[in-house]
Amino acid sequence: MSSAAPTTSPNANTDKIMLAARELFCARDDRVLFKNLSFDLPQGQVLQVQGSNGSGKTTLMRILCGLNDSYEGSIKWYGQEIEDQTASFFSSLLYIGHRVGVSKVLTPAENLRWSCSLKQAINDEQIMAALKEVGLRGFEESPCYTLSAGQQQRVSLARLIISPASLWVLDEPFTTLDTKGVAMLEKIMQRQAQTGGSVMVTTHHSLRIDELTVLSLG
Amino acid sequence: MTEKQTTTWAAFLATLKRDLLIAFKKKNDIVNPFMFFIIVVSLFPIGISPESDRLTEIAAGVIWISVLLASMLSMDNLYRSDFEDGSLEQLLLSPHPLFFLVLAKNISHWLVSGLPVVLVSPILAYMLALPTEAYGTLVLSLLLGTPIMSLVGSIAVALTVGLGSRGLILAVITLPMSVPVLIFGTLAVQSTLNSQSPVGYLSLMLVMLSVSASLAPLASAAALKISVN
Repeated sequence: MSSAAPTTSPNANTDKIMLAARELFCARDDRVLFKNLSFDLPQGQVLQVQGSNGSGKTTLMRILCGLNDSYEGSIKWYGQEIEDQTASFFSSLLYIGHRVGVSKVLTPAENLRWSCSLKQAINDEQIMAALKEVGLRGFEESPCYTLSAGQQQRVSLARLIISPASLWVLDEPFTTLDTKGVAMLEKIMQRQAQTGGSVMVTTHHSLRIDELTVLSLG
Repeated sequence: MTEKQTTTWAAFLATLKRDLLIAFKKKNDIVNPFMFFIIVVSLFPIGISPESDRLTEIAAGVIWISVLLASMLSMDNLYRSDFEDGSLEQLLLSPHPLFFLVLAKNISHWLVSGLPVVLVSPILAYMLALPTEAYGTLVLSLLLGTPIMSLVGSIAVALTVGLGSRGLILAVITLPMSVPVLIFGTLAVQSTLNSQSPVGYLSLMLVMLSVSASLAPLASAAALKISVN
């Protein structure tokens, strides 16, 4: 339904393009979600994807991660097709979707132990420190079904602290967070951008982050 | 990318450990199929005849069919909750070959649903008056056959995990693929009873196990990608 161009903020760091999308087209059930969508995600940037409900934000995020392949156009990772380098792309990628990937029967620590060790070697101190940072101190060993939705969201966000991934793709990470949580996540995202990583995030919040670029869909 | 990347082996072990942990926390998922297996087998002497001659004839078939049904019952747990809570997406986005991660999940599934059935089978065989000389063959055939069911069933579950109401689809896909296992498993036990060597049938089952262990996880991985798409 839309073609969109990113509005670049003045302090954009454009020396190294991490992810480049060109002429993306996606239709679902004969309805065009987006067409001619092109954008660059340089290192050290937070790209906020905005758009009304049903404008294809989640679909775009899933396409970028390789979870959805019903699209046309090209997506390049450091100038090369992602299909040619999936292992290196996946080890640099951290995706948190609507379904946050937290098993309810496991404790926060057990959840992190598994989801982080799919990508990197971790130890318990890192896990405990990350849980403390996201405000889950004292809940490390409680089963996740006893936690609130916001706390479960925080369990998944703890992965951001542990992960060395350079690209974060976060789909509506703010929905269940309280104001303190929102501030915390903004701080974590800013830190990622300042250390040369990048973030793609869908949200309706206006983010208080310096390295912000906005991409509008439909 | 990073110096602290895990090896595929570590990711495999982490997945195996996680699935076992989940299984032990959700005990119903283990206990229900197991109890179902025991109940179905115990109904045969009551429903057909307690005479040991008649029971001996059907013992192998009864045990094998019950194993098949119990495995169908337990299959659904394999990817469902992972799909619902988003863990499956995390698995698919791992830099490691999906083959090994799916294999880890299948092994864990077999350890909690297949192995207990194999271990308890001699007791049920005794109840069905199976002659003691066939116990070894029965256990061995189950030991080879139950992992095949987990591996093959995994493909069907992976294909249907995204569907809202699956109903009988799972059974329709899985059962035809499990029939050869059923045939060779019962034939192996029958041939022991007829004082023939079961080695031929067991070897065939070993071949089927090797083939399914090397190919089924690939098919499951592809099916999972389609389901999540």
